[in-house]
Amino acid sequence: MPMSHDRGGKTGIGARLRRKEDARFLAGKGNYVSDIQMPGLQDVAFLRSPLAHGRIRGVVKPQGAERSVFAAADLAGVKPIQAISGIPGFKPSDYPPLAAGKVRYVGEAVAMCLAHDRAAAEDLAQAVTLDLEELPPVVDMHAAKRSDAALLHEAWGDNLFLTTVTGDAAKIEAAKASAPVVVKREYRMARQCMSPLEGKGVLAYWDDRHGQLVVVTSTQVPHIIRTGLAECLGIEQRQLRIIAPDVGGGFGYKCVLQPEEVCVAWLAMTRRHPVRWIEDRREHLVAGANARQHHYLVTAYADARGRLLGLDAEVTVDVGAYSVWPFTACLEAAQAGGNLPGPYVLPAYRCKTYSVATNKPPFVPYRGVARPGVCFAMELTIDAVARAVGREPHEIRAENLVPASAMPYNNVTNKHFDSGDYPKSLAMAVERIDLPAIRARQTRGEADGRRIGVGFATYTEQSAHGTKVFAQWGIPLVPGFEQATVRLTPDGGLEVRVGTQSIGQGLETTLAQVASEMLGIDPAIINVVHGDTALTPYSTGAYASRSMVMAGGAVSRASGVLAQRIARIAAHLMQCKPEETRLAGGRVHGPQSDVAMAEIAKVWYLRPEQLPDDVDPGGLEATVGFKPKVDTGAFSYASHAAVVAVDPETGLVEILDYVIVDDCGTAVNPMIVEGQVYGGAAQGIGTALYEEAAYDAAGQPLASTLADYLLPGTMEVPHLRMEHMETPSPYTEHGIKGVGEGGAIAPPGALVNAINDALAPLGVEIADTPASPRRILAAIIAAEQKAAAE
Amino acid sequence: MKPAAFDYVAPATVTAALEALARSEDGRVLAGGQSLTPMLNLRLAMPSLLVDLGGIDELRRVAGDGERQIIGAMVTHAALEDGLHDFADRGMLASVAAGVAYRAVRNRGTIGGSLAHADPAADWPSALLALGAAVTVAGPGGARESGLGDFLLGAFTTALQPGEILSAIALPKLSSSARWGYYKICRKAGEFPDAIGAVVIDPPRGVRRIVMGALDGPPMLLAGLGADASPAEIAAAVAAAAPDLDPVDHRLHAVAVRRALAQATTP
Repeated sequence: MPMSHDRGGKTGIGARLRRKEDARFLAGKGNYVSDIQMPGLQDVAFLRSPLAHGRIRGVVKPQGAERSVFAAADLAGVKPIQAISGIPGFKPSDYPPLAAGKVRYVGEAVAMCLAHDRAAAEDLAQAVTLDLEELPPVVDMHAAKRSDAALLHEAWGDNLFLTTVTGDAAKIEAAKASAPVVVKREYRMARQCMSPLEGKGVLAYWDDRHGQLVVVTSTQVPHIIRTGLAECLGIEQRQLRIIAPDVGGGFGYKCVLQPEEVCVAWLAMTRRHPVRWIEDRREHLVAGANARQHHYLVTAYADARGRLLGLDAEVTVDVGAYSVWPFTACLEAAQAGGNLPGPYVLPAYRCKTYSVATNKPPFVPYRGVARPGVCFAMELTIDAVARAVGREPHEIRAENLVPASAMPYNNVTNKHFDSGDYPKSLAMAVERIDLPAIRARQTRGEADGRRIGVGFATYTEQSAHGTKVFAQWGIPLVPGFEQATVRLTPDGGLEVRVGTQSIGQGLETTLAQVASEMLGIDPAIINVVHGDTALTPYSTGAYASRSMVMAGGAVSRASGVLAQRIARIAAHLMQCKPEETRLAGGRVHGPQSDVAMAEIAKVWYLRPEQLPDDVDPGGLEATVGFKPKVDTGAFSYASHAAVVAVDPETGLVEILDYVIVDDCGTAVNPMIVEGQVYGGAAQGIGTALYEEAAYDAAGQPLASTLADYLLPGTMEVPHLRMEHMETPSPYTEHGIKGVGEGGAIAPPGALVNAINDALAPLGVEIADTPASPRRILAAIIAAEQKAAAE
Repeated sequence: MKPAAFDYVAPATVTAALEALARSEDGRVLAGGQSLTPMLNLRLAMPSLLVDLGGIDELRRVAGDGERQIIGAMVTHAALEDGLHDFADRGMLASVAAGVAYRAVRNRGTIGGSLAHADPAADWPSALLALGAAVTVAGPGGARESGLGDFLLGAFTTALQPGEILSAIALPKLSSSARWGYYKICRKAGEFPDAIGAVVIDPPRGVRRIVMGALDGPPMLLAGLGADASPAEIAAAVAAAAPDLDPVDHRLHAVAVRRALAQATTP
């Protein structure tokens, strides 16, 4: 039905609208799991394994507290979490909610202790005696591959969840035979903790009225938690209601079924008594060190000018002890192998991946999922090629990027880049950072003895990849159509219901803007309802930068259907044709007159005698599903440019300037896009320079408090200068692409390239994250010693 | 991360605090709580009694004592940072205080608490050692005084005996021509440093104190170094004083001392 909408207005798509949800957050009125009070609510504390690897000989409960302490054997009817990848060769692991038989990482929950408050529950936990037989720990991912390594899962015969080989060996051999330039490098990215401001938290109680176990949990994915929990608890999904209240950051940490969710839900179900568990920061740093740790061996083949001829790589991911549901232990390696070529034209590619089990917390996909690692490896390799051929790194980048004229482009790993101008984003970054000025400054030198360097990184962010991609990855759960419900209230307001989850990314505002775009209703009177399986359509949730594309698309489609129904009734009331109407400013405008949305709603709900005879009985509520016509992902991309000053006497790095040129297609709310990118970049700076969950040889975590696990703070995150490009996706509603993860991808590559640019005259090249002062200084001292020896 | 149960008293006088401590086997003194509270939450410390000094006015006083100035143990870093008291310190206390952790920590954390906790990477042990401070310890048998160097015995270890309270810090007054330097190397703003250099040079009083801190043990005086020491001499002095430092730590400590010395000697 031809209608025109309030496009480009103050409240629709493209408006820099202030976030609706901030009114409560800024006033301290957010409602997180730990804010919820219930009569009789009891607290759980988990007793966690002090050993990385051990056989459980016994869990001795304190006398008199036998009914308040639960070990694996007590969890009657509870199945282990099983996340089985469909990729051939995958070895499954049983992930018991409480350790059974063995403990496999420091921090693994062994016993659940229940008391009237958390302190008393911790008293109980302290009184439990764990009888553990220490087993040799598997700490190093390379040692874990050796035939004499201790085994985490004895039945496997080795410690490999999965080994994959992709690519074309013959083409790689040809590249090897012909390439005048060969660059070999080894890269490491440290293990990290995602560190959301709000940790995990779960509260559960039995609701007799609905005959349901209600599980209130800090999650990104309430609907699939219902699916997964029902499976583990052995109950029907209709008996479960999952509520996700305000969620204080997710980043992937909360996109999997948590063992604590299973334990607390089971306890509430069997005790018929409200219980909760709130993760504390130490638990997070110890049991939640579950992200980012990759190792790369990369050989790049290039011609004499630095054009890539081939890339041969081996990626090892230290995925920890178990496979997490639903994303498995192998999503990370699959993403690494598929995304390592980045935004570049690569004639030949081969990649071997290892997903290695170690005595560490189980890997969970963290913002960017493998791409910070692959971007780091690829972007450092590009700079290494540039140094090998004696050219500016940005020139090598530009000449290898997929050109705009080639779009849409299927790359060497069959990623379908839908649209964009990657070289232009790089050119803009080079211009904004003012490369000639930096080169001139480097020539002059610094009065304080520091060294200046500049670095670039360009990446793509596959967003909202759907059915086809996840089915290929062998994930037990594959996203399909995303649905949204829109409903006009009897007074002309709008309710939007989505099954995806706002975890701080501003969805309550941006989804309202999409509806506003379609219906001409002020977002101030649009309520976005989410976070409750009882109130919203099924969704696999908020991950993979998918919510704005998928839920936004669904809201758009549902609003479109609603718009047609509204127009029909309005046309009848105004005695015109529906196609002559226009929705704007909360009213429907006809050729001669207009009618308020509230009036139309009133007619439908309260004065139906005024409705046209052929009115759609679906009324002023519509649920519509959406999937992009090509669902292999809308590819956002960006180029980052960083200028750093490195103090060669201390290894300290200061970020002097940072430019981001970002293209996420149609920006629904550019201010929120910027917020997403800034936050992601801050986490990327953490990866690049600060964050490291280190372990000793016994598998003991060395960073169990924030004194040892360094997060970037306000003084460490510089002013980020951001520019937008806007290339709408041809496949999504409104041309929207996802942007949630991208900011975190490039900083390690851009910053370490900048550090290496600064230190190249000293013969120093950093290849590990974090590029800590200690690593940098050790490399400088090693280079000095090498120079002295020569 | 909830503390184990403990009893809590907040006496109004040092005498009452000493009496409370005397009645407890394992009582701990709570000053600003910026180190002890996290340790309680982590259950690294599980005393049966906390004696909170926060209500004892006499411990917040600053007074003169002839050639010396006396700082009550409960004076906060923030009070020093804000210059609420006049010191003949050429501005060193305020400057060092301003660099202690974050303002929220400085608002509650105290100079005496920091010394009694004796974290080697804390600012006050190094800065006050350079200033030539002494501490007053109140105990059941009365008060005693010791030089800071004798008080700081090791990492998190002091000469405080069970039942004693660090009550005050005594500082010599610097002459008007005295110079000082303080340089610490931190991975990020507000974090504990990897190396500290602290220098006080006061020619009229014949004082030249060069300290390196943030070691495995208490800060050390580098007695043999001259004010005009070369980088090589500093590196050698650091290596001689702390021979077990790895090459990175050795360099960091030498740089911190050199930069602190430069602050104190560069016009």
